[in-house]
Amino acid sequence: MTVVDAAALTAWVREFARLVHEQRDTLTQLDSAIGDADHGANLDRGMTAAVAALEATPPDDPAAALKTVATTLIKTVGGASGPLYGTFFLRAAGALDVGTDPTHHGRALAAALRAGYDGVIARGKAERGDKTMLDALGPACDAFDEALAAGKALDEALGAAAEAAAQGRDATEPLIARKGRASYLGERSAGHLDPGAASAALLVEAAATALAGRG
Amino acid sequence: MPVGLVVVSHSRALADAAVELARGMLPGRELAVGVAAGDVDGGLGTDATAIADAIAAVDSGDGVVVLMDLGSAVLSAETALELVDDDVRERVVLSPAPLVEGLVGAAVTAAAGADRDRVAAEALRGLAPKQAHLGG
Repeated sequence: MTVVDAAALTAWVREFARLVHEQRDTLTQLDSAIGDADHGANLDRGMTAAVAALEATPPDDPAAALKTVATTLIKTVGGASGPLYGTFFLRAAGALDVGTDPTHHGRALAAALRAGYDGVIARGKAERGDKTMLDALGPACDAFDEALAAGKALDEALGAAAEAAAQGRDATEPLIARKGRASYLGERSAGHLDPGAASAALLVEAAATALAGRG
Repeated sequence: MPVGLVVVSHSRALADAAVELARGMLPGRELAVGVAAGDVDGGLGTDATAIADAIAAVDSGDGVVVLMDLGSAVLSAETALELVDDDVRERVVLSPAPLVEGLVGAAVTAAAGADRDRVAAEALRGLAPKQAHLGG
């Protein structure tokens, strides 16, 4: 069985879209506390369009699936999460090299996620601890890499990544925002979860759910 | 051909008005200026693919200076550079100038036939006349 193919990544994108739609109001509520109250609506619109684009033109290979998601998010989200998530998927697509050996698929996916994460750092000029999506994505990449290096199966490694992302999201609550609209609030941004970290945790959770049973 | 300009804003109305103001300084002069503003539904937002298209449309080979408002406009403008061809990317400057003042300075110098770096430099000193006047 091919572990990381276009169908698997389409399932991941679909599950992320489902979670974003389900948590749309929660994301917007988080964003209304420290941002401009549009994160849930913007990302829901973008991910709905991304799923529609994948259905309209089913991708031939996994990198093409990620590229379609990237360009659709860039075009439809409108807010800062458009270029940030767009860059994540664009760089992940560029780095994804699954090759022919399915036993390397886990590592290929990990390398793609790491490239996406590095892309978000470059685009946003942010770092961990700034109260952004990086605070969920960074720990997730680390946990994924560590689990694979320890010989864990893809399932278990993605589960560890999802757990690390959720912990990273929760850890943004006391932080003072240093990037984006929330940074204008200074110390008043503390005491709220970061909406970007919350949606990024959903992205990793969706991967763990959608790719379960694939290795 | 004159250096091309692109105005990136969350708001189509804001971008169009800024261009109208700049054109008002250049009666009868040619100016290649494109607008990439608002989201796909006409609401507030920015779209890197629209910015990439606007850059391609005003690029005559002599360079493009992109002026933008703030926040996602900056991130989208940078993302747009990943979407254009390599040879076009090398001719583009993303200007950190204030949008209105920078655009007026850039428009006047571009219409006068200045090269890209000169246009970008003039955009960047867009606040200087106001600062000198108000002593800020």
